[in-house]
Amino acid sequence: MPELLQFLLSGITVGAVYALVALGFTIIYNASDVVNFAQGEFVMLGGMITFFAHAAGLPLPLAALIAIIATAAIGVALNKLAIEPARGAPVVSLIIITIGASIFIRGATQLIFDKQLHRFPAFSGDQPILIGGATILPQSLWVIAGALAIFFCLWLFFTRTLIGRAVLATANNRIAAQLVGINTNYVMTLSFAMSAAIGALAGVLVTPITLTGYDVGLALALKGFAAAMLGGMGNPKGALVGGLLLGVLEAMTAGYISSQYKDAAAFVVILAVLFAMPQGLFGRKSTDRV
Amino acid sequence: MLTVEGLRSRYGRIEVLHGIDLDVASGEIVTVIGANGAGKTTLLKCLSGIQPVSAGSIVFRGEAMTTVPAHRRVQRGLAQTPEGRQIFTNLTVEENLRLGAYLFADDKVDRDMQDAFAMFPILKEKRNLAAGGLSGGQQQMLAIARALMARPSCLLLDEPSMGLAPILVAQIFDVVRSMKALGVTVLLVEQNAFGALSVADRGYVMETGRITMSGPAAGLIADERIRAAYLGI
Ligand SMILES: Nc1ncnc2c1ncn2[C@@H]1O[C@H](COP(=O)(O)OP(=O)(O)OP(=O)(O)O)[C@@H](O)[C@H]1O
Ligand SMILES: [Mg+2]
Repeated sequence: MPELLQFLLSGITVGAVYALVALGFTIIYNASDVVNFAQGEFVMLGGMITFFAHAAGLPLPLAALIAIIATAAIGVALNKLAIEPARGAPVVSLIIITIGASIFIRGATQLIFDKQLHRFPAFSGDQPILIGGATILPQSLWVIAGALAIFFCLWLFFTRTLIGRAVLATANNRIAAQLVGINTNYVMTLSFAMSAAIGALAGVLVTPITLTGYDVGLALALKGFAAAMLGGMGNPKGALVGGLLLGVLEAMTAGYISSQYKDAAAFVVILAVLFAMPQGLFGRKSTDRV
Repeated sequence: MLTVEGLRSRYGRIEVLHGIDLDVASGEIVTVIGANGAGKTTLLKCLSGIQPVSAGSIVFRGEAMTTVPAHRRVQRGLAQTPEGRQIFTNLTVEENLRLGAYLFADDKVDRDMQDAFAMFPILKEKRNLAAGGLSGGQQQMLAIARALMARPSCLLLDEPSMGLAPILVAQIFDVVRSMKALGVTVLLVEQNAFGALSVADRGYVMETGRITMSGPAAGLIADERIRAAYLGI
């Protein structure tokens, strides 16, 4: 029994990381139908900038804040320099632009910083907490709390605020959004800033556990993408549940079968779910114009 | 209230508006009628700012609009109900209406929504349903109601009767007529020339990107050429 609990706790920790990355996808996707493959790079930047600011002598909270703001600014720059000029291009082209941007950000990070793996101290120490014979790191609780908090904020944003609805309206019908007075360029800028900030916050939270380096973004983006697809792209609830489910699934496969099969098992389950429910578990049904 | 002079617009290299002159006075209902492809929709898109203008000027309530971005024209009181309704299909009826009043956050938003529900009771019944599930006529009502939520002083209506059953067409034209009582000036674009001229004060006839005739609606309805070309009489 403690074994099962241990696998579950590790799974939830990893799952919360995936959920954080997946949550970052939702805003840009909701504003523009674009899956932003540079999302993993935002996570990486959050960790890297925090590490170097902290190493330069800044206190950790301040270093984290700087990292989040700087990453949000990079997100805005990505929108202004690469996405906005290509407006009107098909969504697939925009997605390819984000892949290009992720390669660029990875290369630039390697040049500006370095190629080492880095870690900064966990927020509440490294002393594992004992729960019913299993253990969990205090930092894992920070990650889980972070995922829940961001989920809750996004849920409020999309269902309770006018600007959140304006984001949905912009994706649904950009021309009509302009005709009701929505500045759709501003909505896109805001979406990139928010997604990048969420990604950076994820990086700050997970780095003490997973370490960070210039090339960690790609794997995170793929796992986050898989989680978002599983839960239903664009829905914060889907991102949270999809992430946790994927993490637990991997932990169980690694624990009871073999860690060699954990990625494969996860993908088999995702394919099975998408086969039965193409929109994902909580995906929005498309009710487009007839 | 609205003055258009020498307006030209193009799609790529093909010019489709070749210098349009038109004016609408405050409180009027003015219609632009014309056949398929005449350029009526393009004209309204230029007025609302979602189609670039290559020459000419648009002045609205004394202010030059030609280079003002679309979302700011709504702020100045110029709202459009676009061709094909263009409602937010994934959002509920109520969310569509709330977004119509995107520029406002005061108590009047609620009152305006009640007014919209009074004008179109069916929208109240379906307020919590996804707008994409509405019938064509209901979507048209929603599109008009959403535009009115922006508190426009001038409403641009693009073929509100298109694709509707005759009974709904009559209802929509009644709604257009009722804009006078609300103090909203209307520029109505229609292929249904008879319906449009019946509710309008004045009309313009548009053919392949040019205004070819204009005058009081009653005069146009009586004109032999109009009767032959657009009224099928
Ligand atoms: N997006 C576009 N790209 C290229 N050409 C266009 C586009 N939209 C319209 N046109 C062309 O511009 C001309 C005017 O079209 P417009 O839609 O303004 O006409 P309309 O009078 O509104 O017609 P309808 O009554 O069918 O709505 C037509 O020849 C049309 O083929
Ligand atoms: Mg048209």
